[in-house]
Amino acid sequence: MKETLLTIYEKDATKKVLASLISILVGLFVGTIVVVVVGLTKDTITGKGIWDGVRLIFAGILSTGRDAAGNLTWGYNAQSLGNMLFRATPLVMTGLSVAVAYKTGLFNIGAPGQYLMGTMASLMIALGIPSETVPAGLIWVLAFLGGCLAGALWGCIPGALKAFLNINEVLACIMTNWLAANLVTWAFDISNFKNVVENTKAGYIYKTTFNGVATPKLGLDKIFPGSQVNGGILIAIVIAIAMYILINKTTLGYQLKACGSNRHAARYAGINDKRNIVLSMAIAGALSAGGAALYWLSGNTEFYWSTYQSLPATGFNGIPVALLAVSNPIGVIFTAIFMAMLDIVGQQLTGYTAYNEYITDVIIAVIVYLSAFSLVIRMMLTGKQKAGAVNANAEPKDDQSDKPQKGGQEA
Amino acid sequence: MTFLIQQTLLYAVPLMIVALAGVFAERSGIINLALEGIMIFGAFIGVLFVHSMQEFSVFTNAARSGDWLTLQGLELMAMAAAALMGAVFSLLLSFASINLRADQTIGGTALNLMAPALVLFLIRILVNQNTLMMSTGDAASWFMIKKSTFGLKKSADIGFLGETFLNKVYLATYVCILIFIILSIVLYKTRFGLRLRSCGENPQAADSLGINVYKMRYAGTTISGALAGMGGFVYALTTANCTANGDVAGFGFLALAVMIFGNWKPLNIAGASLLFGLFKCIAAAYSSIDINGDGVYLLAELGISSHLYRMLPYLVTLAVLAFTSKKSRAPKAEGIPYDKGSR
Repeated sequence: MKETLLTIYEKDATKKVLASLISILVGLFVGTIVVVVVGLTKDTITGKGIWDGVRLIFAGILSTGRDAAGNLTWGYNAQSLGNMLFRATPLVMTGLSVAVAYKTGLFNIGAPGQYLMGTMASLMIALGIPSETVPAGLIWVLAFLGGCLAGALWGCIPGALKAFLNINEVLACIMTNWLAANLVTWAFDISNFKNVVENTKAGYIYKTTFNGVATPKLGLDKIFPGSQVNGGILIAIVIAIAMYILINKTTLGYQLKACGSNRHAARYAGINDKRNIVLSMAIAGALSAGGAALYWLSGNTEFYWSTYQSLPATGFNGIPVALLAVSNPIGVIFTAIFMAMLDIVGQQLTGYTAYNEYITDVIIAVIVYLSAFSLVIRMMLTGKQKAGAVNANAEPKDDQSDKPQKGGQEA
Repeated sequence: MTFLIQQTLLYAVPLMIVALAGVFAERSGIINLALEGIMIFGAFIGVLFVHSMQEFSVFTNAARSGDWLTLQGLELMAMAAAALMGAVFSLLLSFASINLRADQTIGGTALNLMAPALVLFLIRILVNQNTLMMSTGDAASWFMIKKSTFGLKKSADIGFLGETFLNKVYLATYVCILIFIILSIVLYKTRFGLRLRSCGENPQAADSLGINVYKMRYAGTTISGALAGMGGFVYALTTANCTANGDVAGFGFLALAVMIFGNWKPLNIAGASLLFGLFKCIAAAYSSIDINGDGVYLLAELGISSHLYRMLPYLVTLAVLAFTSKKSRAPKAEGIPYDKGSR
């Protein structure tokens, strides 16, 4: 028994998971420290307030509010859990987007722009096709695919600039992000999808239910009554599994990874590196945009269209999701759900204590910071296991899967 | 024309100084993707400094009696505070990427996530709203240099140059230009600058000649953090009316673009940021730009959508990059953690 445990512990994947878990724990701990320090320096926050804040950080997802005496109550909260899954849906997709690009050695900071283009295309299709003549289910499929296509085309731009003109993809992505923000605002500004029926919703686009289009619930609303969850999360999970297969079990996936490890060596081996770079960004763009489609087609979300001054946080949050999952598509599912949970925790903090939701963003930032040197944490884990010849061999392999080209010096 | 030049400078100067911040980090071998985050943090610190100093009667009296020397002193102190805390904040990046040899892109991203979160968290706790403002008055009445500052009447004629460079301007703009010039000289004409640059090109060779690569990289990122922090406050002061809300509208990333666009060289960066500032200014104020002063607002009358004008800065950058990227040359060793033992 002990030996089986030891072999599991010796595995690379286990260490990666452990390193991520340590990052999460330290992140939550730092959040706790901030809460306590702020609570002690502010006279308006009592000791009980601090204790409530700390408990919410760790278990906010199970909070059910306050009872008459003002004490926090705990238990199964179907609404929170359902909303967590709903918020996780686009995060899984943007996380996959960043992860897939990272496998090809590209840092896809363009996810917000691709997300916006997906938003625009899917909303326009969903609202533009009359549901009297075309069945709503077909419109949904068309809107989803159209959104993905728009994102893929948008992702191609930085990909092509990188492949053919050698423009830094980070830079091109940032520029295309802001271009997308302006383009989307422009397109909706001249469209007739702006909500003019409800006075309080000025500045928003119609819900897709206005045209009878909404993601099917697939029974999830029975499990999580009162929440926004729908079949989108299942679609996202299926796509994540498909991505895992694509990356690890197909020729295309192998070629993408080869370009990521060493572009020039890949070309020498007969792989078309330029095509693969563009393709990788197109897939990444389609994934981000697909996330946007799943979120905005749900039927109960409304898009604020004048977005030229801000980029969607969901796009940027794909980066921590992917990093925490060490770019593993299956891992992305779990880290996205974890991020969504922190989101709910933030709401609980704002609602029930003197603190606010930004503390959870601090926690996410600390986790990402730690994941930057997760390699060091993994080495520490290995060190405890009495560093020997086996580990010395294992380490460079570790490096390569993590950050090609630049790692490999630790061993 | 006066308006156009002033507005362009308003946008160009923070870009220029933050792009130089990027240069100092990258020339020493560290990719500083955290410029945006450090700017946000610096803006917050500077505004917070002004906000809390306004409690003291020295400054409120100075504002009431028009004692502009004290007020400009306050502005300079706020800039220094922002620079100091920006440098401290950037130590997080230096520590991760120099001592722990972490992935610099991820470390920078972490700081970019950290800064707005921390700043918004603190602002919400401090003032119970999402924006931190000055406690009394605004940037224009406290810090702007106007004709009345020199005891002149509003109608006084001080010539074109005077109107453009001495009326309705901020001292911070000129301090930044001065610092930009000094640091460019430091980077190219001093021993320190040469050593710093060598660590970004070939750290092994530099080390073999007795240069402490770790120290030089710490120096590079710390200077970078100080400049970015200061740039963040200057941005908040001059274009956001001395308020902080955990956002600098992507200026840190734009500065990164300007840096690459300027090929990591100060003079090119100055030109690039002026070009970018001009288009930013056209986007923000195209309807009130009167180029030759004949009362005709040409750009507004062309009938082109305002959305297109807003897209111009980014389109122009991409287009120029497309033409110049073949010649672009990044510091050779940037992004690679230095390891004494590697060959």
